[in-house]
Amino acid sequence: MDKVVFGQYYPTDSVIHRMDPRIKLLAIILYIVTVFFLVDYVMYAAIFLFVLTITFIAKIPFKVLLRTVRTIIFLVLITSIINLFFTTGEELWVEWKFIKIYREGVEHAIKLALRLILLMLFPSLLTLTTTPMELTDALESLMSPLKLIKIPVHAIALIMSIALRMIPILMEETNKIMLAQKARGADFDTGGALKKAKAMIPVLVPLFVGAFRRADELALAMDARCYSSVAKRTKYKVMKLTVKDLVASVVCLAVFSLVFLNKYLWGFDEMILALFK
Amino acid sequence: MPIKFENVNYEYPTEDKSVVAVKGVTLEIEDGSFVCVCGENGSGKSTLAKLMNGLLAPTSGVVTVDGRSTATEEETELFAIRQKVGMVFQNPDNQMIASIIEDEIAFGPENLGVPREEIGERIDYALSAVGMTEYRYNTPYKLSGGQKQRIAIAAVLAMKPEVLVLDESTAMLDPKGRAEVIKVAEELNKQGITIVLITHFMEEATRADRVIVMNGGSVVMDGTPAEIFRKREEIERYDLELPVADAIAAALIGEGLPLEDRIYSASELAEAICRSK
Repeated sequence: MDKVVFGQYYPTDSVIHRMDPRIKLLAIILYIVTVFFLVDYVMYAAIFLFVLTITFIAKIPFKVLLRTVRTIIFLVLITSIINLFFTTGEELWVEWKFIKIYREGVEHAIKLALRLILLMLFPSLLTLTTTPMELTDALESLMSPLKLIKIPVHAIALIMSIALRMIPILMEETNKIMLAQKARGADFDTGGALKKAKAMIPVLVPLFVGAFRRADELALAMDARCYSSVAKRTKYKVMKLTVKDLVASVVCLAVFSLVFLNKYLWGFDEMILALFK
Repeated sequence: MPIKFENVNYEYPTEDKSVVAVKGVTLEIEDGSFVCVCGENGSGKSTLAKLMNGLLAPTSGVVTVDGRSTATEEETELFAIRQKVGMVFQNPDNQMIASIIEDEIAFGPENLGVPREEIGERIDYALSAVGMTEYRYNTPYKLSGGQKQRIAIAAVLAMKPEVLVLDESTAMLDPKGRAEVIKVAEELNKQGITIVLITHFMEEATRADRVIVMNGGSVVMDGTPAEIFRKREEIERYDLELPVADAIAAALIGEGLPLEDRIYSASELAEAICRSK
């Protein structure tokens, strides 16, 4: 089924895909918060296990999930290395000329890397299992209380969905314009960054002019179909919470409370260390 | 009588001088008719179309739809007119709002506040009327031009219009796509929907039961296709071209060949010439 032509949506027929997008969105926000409450390695491991379980249920190959991490691997490495060298602590592990590495530094670096990877994994899980349209609908629904303070929630959601719809069209147009310019001898591939950027100008100008023309025509077409941001509209697609959404919410909250309790009450690492002593 | 023009003028306001696009047009479009408006570029035919559903209000004169003037500021009044007079534009990509066909068709009824269950029924009806039922859950992005325009027609049909205005909707299509759209228009006309087809392809006029030729903003010819096609020289003066078969037929009649005075397709003409020894 070619439902989506862009983005990283990975279509399977899993329970996770069919979940209410609002719950998924809220869960992801909750987990991003959770990541900042993780203290010890056991919890990190637990959360990673949790991510892998979701990925498994969602029938997404781990390879696909890992691919999303690859984009930030550089950031992860640099921040970890900086932390490794510049964190000072009490237990000195390595000392060589001016370089001093402390135990705390190593720990910091590892945890930071894990944290960054988790911060990338969770939103990826969302976009892999939810279409952009569903996300837009979810946002509209979740933001609807803002209507009370006169924020045009519906208009914002509509703008987002039109933007999403226009992405493939504008991409196609960009390609066409580039080919047209190439046919007339334009060179996009050689030269330094500045030269390449300059070469893009004859592509961008017609692209923008075209986009404005499209916007004009689209507005006319919407007028012709009686669109009004103020009138009372009905909605054809209604999102409904089902049992699986409730179950998912409970599981998510349970994991979150576990992490939270661990931070403020227990401390699994110490417990395990105590066992070995 | 759904649409009535009374001495209508329309001027496009520009910076120094205004451009008169429609001059002193008086005409009536009757219920259930299939009207074709022909004219070269800049003849005012598209402006005429936009005057029919209140997208433009006349500078002087009156346009009425079912007795309601289109020159109203009242949104509910305008919406009532636009619901009755649906409009499909030239570029299919610039008139679609949603990324999924079902949502696209729901947009109009949603704007009108049609109850949810009924929108579902209307989508069924509209898609089957244009023969696109199996594409309901697809994205419009990968369809052919003709299919996209059929979806655009379905999106208007879901609003249950009495008149369907096709504003150069075939201009960007290949011959196959053009034939698809015209076929749908003919079928809808049989079901009682008034069709106003704006075009510069005269062969599309053969299917109509009335042809209006515009030039320089005025209606210069108005009659049945047979009446219009007979006046070959006059048509050519307005920079329009008769379909080849009819041009030949007109020339032969002019030379005294006893052909029946009607519209011919290529094969019909060949047969008629063979029979007319």
